[in-house]
Amino acid sequence: MIERKHLIGTLLLALAGAAAFAGDAIAVAQKQPLNMTAIGMFFVFVMGTMGITYWAASRTKSTADFYTAGGGISGFQNGLAIAGDYMSAATLLGLSAMTFSKGLDGFIYAIGFFVGWPVILFLMAERLRNLGKFTFADIASYRLDQSTIRTFAAFGSLTVVCFYLIVQMVGAGQLIKLLFGLDYTTAVVVVGVLMVIYVTFGGMIATTWVQIIKACLMLFGGTVLLFLSLSQFGFSLETAAKKAVEVHKDGLKIMGPGSLMADPVTAVSLSLGLVFGTAGLPHIMMRFFTVPNAKEARKSVFVASGCIGYFFMVVCALGLMAIVIVGTNPEFYEGGNIAGKLIGGGNMPVMHLAKAVGGNLFLGFMSAVAFATILAVVSGLALAGASAIAHDIYARVIRKGTATETEEMRVSKFATVGLGVVAVLLGILFEKQNIAFLVGLTFGIAASTNFPILILSMYWRGLTTRGALLGGLAGLISAVTFVVLSKAVWVVVLGNAAAIFPYEQPALFSMPLAFFFTWLFSVTDSSARSKIDKAGFDDQYVRSQTGIGAAGASAH
Amino acid sequence: MSADIYRKVRANPLFAELEGKRSRFAYLLTAIVLITYYALMMLVAFAPEVLRTPISEGSMLTIGVPVGATIIIGSWLLTGWFVSRSNGEFDRLNNEIIREASK
Repeated sequence: MIERKHLIGTLLLALAGAAAFAGDAIAVAQKQPLNMTAIGMFFVFVMGTMGITYWAASRTKSTADFYTAGGGISGFQNGLAIAGDYMSAATLLGLSAMTFSKGLDGFIYAIGFFVGWPVILFLMAERLRNLGKFTFADIASYRLDQSTIRTFAAFGSLTVVCFYLIVQMVGAGQLIKLLFGLDYTTAVVVVGVLMVIYVTFGGMIATTWVQIIKACLMLFGGTVLLFLSLSQFGFSLETAAKKAVEVHKDGLKIMGPGSLMADPVTAVSLSLGLVFGTAGLPHIMMRFFTVPNAKEARKSVFVASGCIGYFFMVVCALGLMAIVIVGTNPEFYEGGNIAGKLIGGGNMPVMHLAKAVGGNLFLGFMSAVAFATILAVVSGLALAGASAIAHDIYARVIRKGTATETEEMRVSKFATVGLGVVAVLLGILFEKQNIAFLVGLTFGIAASTNFPILILSMYWRGLTTRGALLGGLAGLISAVTFVVLSKAVWVVVLGNAAAIFPYEQPALFSMPLAFFFTWLFSVTDSSARSKIDKAGFDDQYVRSQTGIGAAGASAH
Repeated sequence: MSADIYRKVRANPLFAELEGKRSRFAYLLTAIVLITYYALMMLVAFAPEVLRTPISEGSMLTIGVPVGATIIIGSWLLTGWFVSRSNGEFDRLNNEIIREASK
């Protein structure tokens, strides 16, 4: 039971685009000796991306350039960037680690992370592109009261961004300690400084290219690792499976579903949170505004889901082969005892696999890719946070649209620096905390606050300002309350004896509450404002379907 | 953007056709993906032994592996179908609507 929950935690972290610090690595990772190969390769990556940032800076002149690369990213490029956002270091480490220890269960989890993407394409991609300009609040407040809903949506974005940044920062620190042998604080500061440089100077153009390069490196590294590992089994997955069954302590059981669904409620709640939380993450939605039109937006999801699906299957195959190659090699175990602990913690099988089949050089390469991944994700987050502050709160709500481009740009850069400082400080503050609950909270809030408002504003005429605000609040409050009362916070952090809320994931409960209260407070709303809200639906609907009036690509 | 053009679009029967066709298509594909996925989850929960059946006599690979891979590849192919139909047929219809509305 405990192990299963631990695994769900591991995988949530994996999904969260977090670094690998779940499970035993989450506590406090053991600092490893300095790995110069990895640091050298990472240095090359940083130099390359700095060059790109320098180039991007010369092309980042307007707010549209800064927030959305002027809508000038092609569908293919955006697809790679989305994949880069989603295929995190922890997907690589967490999913492979799960397959390594649990077999087929790891693969079944991977499917859950994947199916959200087709759904986002079918129901949302096109409308997001046609209605949004810079932020998801643009869509949520399209026909509703600007100051109320925009403020609330921006607040929702910032909450998600901040929690997620903490997760990333702590993960980065722990991972880098493990892979590079650098000090935790140094690692967190390096990530924070690089993030601020990419975003303030290069805006969305630099962020996008960092994500694209990282996605390519990750796909390349994963494929090479797959090839090298398969070569040890005569390129037969069948042989690999046979050997894995022979040496794994659970034997034949690893080839079927195990303890995964022992608690179906948590599993369903988790998968709802994954699918709809992903659709409510501000930095993911923001990517749909970087393409020139709905056609490219659709293409980008096709490319992204192809890369993500391929990568997940590769990662699970790597986990399976690691059972044989890593699991039987005492070199990778503490004290050389293969019944004991893996060196570096339970998330390391794929890194050990890299060393076993590709030597130190390849291990260095994979470590550098893992670090690059964290940078790509935090940059996207910082940009989403900065756009919520500068575009939504400053330019639209405080200045009511009278701010000049220069003023808005200045605020967005200050906001980025501010977010960088906050992220580093929180990263250091939370070093020794168990932050697994933050991932559940982030996804819970995204699925229960951002997602209901967004989807209802696009699909339901009857949504009013009052309904959106109170329903969104109901989702926010219930998600936070359920997480606080669940084991991860109530028992682990606050030290109480038993959890009040028996499940790990809030989405199954907080999402219906959000939808119910949004509906209730909308249908009972007969204010003058509600008439304006509903009257705006028809025009919004035509625009969402046809793209007439949508923001296009800027001149260059 | 004037409300006038939106009114014209709404009055165009082609818009109702586009909207109906595209929404039905999107809902259908969504249903296929979600039903398949939750069917797999139900199988995992209530009949896990089904997924433990070997793919062939004496094989160590179980049908869980190809079933899982089929869901990932299949739903990706559905996104491909959606994109090609949207970027072709539906976009042609959409452009027609926009052209008529901006006359």
